[in-house]
Amino acid sequence: MSLAGIPAEVAPLVDVRNLSVRFPVASTGLFSRARSYVHAVEDVSFSIGRGETLGLVGESGSGKSTTGRAILRSTPIASGRVSFDGNDITDVTGAALRALRRNMQLVFQDPYASLNPRMNVLEIVSEPLIVHGIASSVDEASPIVADLLSRCGLPSDALTRYPHAFSGGQRQRIGIARALALQPKFIVADEPVSALDVSVRAQVVNLLQDLQRDMGISYLFIAHDLSVVRHISHRIGILYSGHLVEYAPTNNVYESPIHPYTEALLSSVPIPDPAVQRKRGRIVLQGEIPNPIDPPAGCRFASRCPLVEDRCRVETPRLEEKAPGHFAACFVRSANTQ
Amino acid sequence: MISHETILDVRNLTVDFFTRRGTVHAVRDVSFSVRKGETLGIVGESGSGKSVTAQAILGLTELPGRVTGGDILWKGSSLIAGREAAETIERVRGKEIAMVFQDPMTSLNPVYTVGMQVSEVLVRHMSMSKKAARSRAVELLDMVGISNPAKRLDQYPFELSGGMRQRVLIAAALACEPELLIADEPTTALDVTIQAQILDLIAELQQRLGVAVVLITHDLGVVAGVCDRVAVMYGGKIVEEADASEIYPLPFHPYTEGLLRSTPRLDVVSERLESIAGSPPDLREVLAGCSYSPRCAAVTEMCRSAVPVLDQRGEGRRVACWNPR
Repeated sequence: MSLAGIPAEVAPLVDVRNLSVRFPVASTGLFSRARSYVHAVEDVSFSIGRGETLGLVGESGSGKSTTGRAILRSTPIASGRVSFDGNDITDVTGAALRALRRNMQLVFQDPYASLNPRMNVLEIVSEPLIVHGIASSVDEASPIVADLLSRCGLPSDALTRYPHAFSGGQRQRIGIARALALQPKFIVADEPVSALDVSVRAQVVNLLQDLQRDMGISYLFIAHDLSVVRHISHRIGILYSGHLVEYAPTNNVYESPIHPYTEALLSSVPIPDPAVQRKRGRIVLQGEIPNPIDPPAGCRFASRCPLVEDRCRVETPRLEEKAPGHFAACFVRSANTQ
Repeated sequence: MISHETILDVRNLTVDFFTRRGTVHAVRDVSFSVRKGETLGIVGESGSGKSVTAQAILGLTELPGRVTGGDILWKGSSLIAGREAAETIERVRGKEIAMVFQDPMTSLNPVYTVGMQVSEVLVRHMSMSKKAARSRAVELLDMVGISNPAKRLDQYPFELSGGMRQRVLIAAALACEPELLIADEPTTALDVTIQAQILDLIAELQQRLGVAVVLITHDLGVVAGVCDRVAVMYGGKIVEEADASEIYPLPFHPYTEGLLRSTPRLDVVSERLESIAGSPPDLREVLAGCSYSPRCAAVTEMCRSAVPVLDQRGEGRRVACWNPR
């Protein structure tokens, strides 16, 4: 696969090749030794450039969070390779893995569950600094933490307060400050704004954008719909039931989607304007996502696809470059048949 | 389909929660009405009082909460005050006023089959025999688009997906042919493609059965496709109410405007998202002025010192603001 669409001088920071992740499930029979697996992520390839944001979009069970965790090496990889900064990190362990983790951090979805209620903000944000030996004590870390907090738009008296004293948006800022403490090159943001109210969502998205501009961080921005990712992503990957079905520069996804699932996903996001919303030609999918335990052969979307053909039920389509830099996995659609 | 006959009339409703950390004034003097066959969207962020309002209508306010003021009239009879109120709500709830809640995962009882839960209402309110209720339940599941309904009746909730469970809940809610359906964030817990299915189902059933719907949501997009009228809540109050076709192009209240601007639109490309500065209010506090004034860009002295009332402004529009657009 070529890396068309990315400027040549920007070699990818993160490169994922043919990644698969499987989770064993308990066998149902008492004496049965046969194990089944949830095929959470199958043969997924993409790359993320320096200072670039890749939006990874999919519904629940599509494997988007698992993909993020596999890159961070916090879930076992069944097959495929993950490279970071030019080095293969698929089999890295021990001290080398710990050193690697300085450079890749995670921002969680739920700002209520991801901060320890018994630690104050100074302790929360200084913890990674102490774990990685950058500061020897909380006191020593204090000026660094104060700087991080002001960068993330938190008041200066936040240091000594506890998470309960903050609103959802502010807590997410604390989570971002913690992720930034080690000056990582790469952050996986796993639905960082899904739990927030609409009016503060934009504050957090804008903060992430500002930090990227100032510090050159790369993001894998995980989302469950296509509304927020448009504003932050340079490129977007669409996952369906563990398969990457479309992968393209952001504008292509919105202006000229190729995969029928992408079209359905776009059409299912309501537009807050009755005049527009009521006139839209909408595609409402029937049925639901297939069972990921030993899924059937063929395209995973075949059971819900309005354009399904016989071939789709037998063979699995591969991700192909249908237009420059625009990849899709579909037998029926090519870039110019819409 | 919409007539001028008012079926639900909420008057100056006030709900307080008496917690150890102080009294939370969740709903503050809220008034609105629902006409026969109409769809009203109540939009607000977390803590705006939208769900507490719905619970109060159904007499489901949970301790330490209590309705401390105002009245709710269902076709003229009070659901709150007077000796007959308790009896009225028992008779009406689940029959004339039905509800669908946010979380389909927890709204169904896991130890009863789907069939038992759908037919329960029929046995209770329509005095049907178990057998008749069962065959009516098959019809209802079929109506909400569940395939193979006879088989589904004997399944347990864990065997169904989230979208299916929400369909079952809608079927149970519509079992007694209610006149009003209150749907509290019916699609928030669902995936976007399933959300589209459920919203279409609600709109279709509303057309077909002529049931009035109160749709409670945090998402202005969800309301845009379904509702005739929209009420926007902030800090326990309705700050603006208008026809859907009027409020989106021209919001009068700065909060409505801010909410619309911060909702990302698929059909608009912008480099930066807009947001409303600050955080939602602490509902234990009662400000001397408008509860939105700490976040409002157009704030004046007046806004900080006096509470604006929800006033008529133009045909069928109400707004609570000292300096509306």
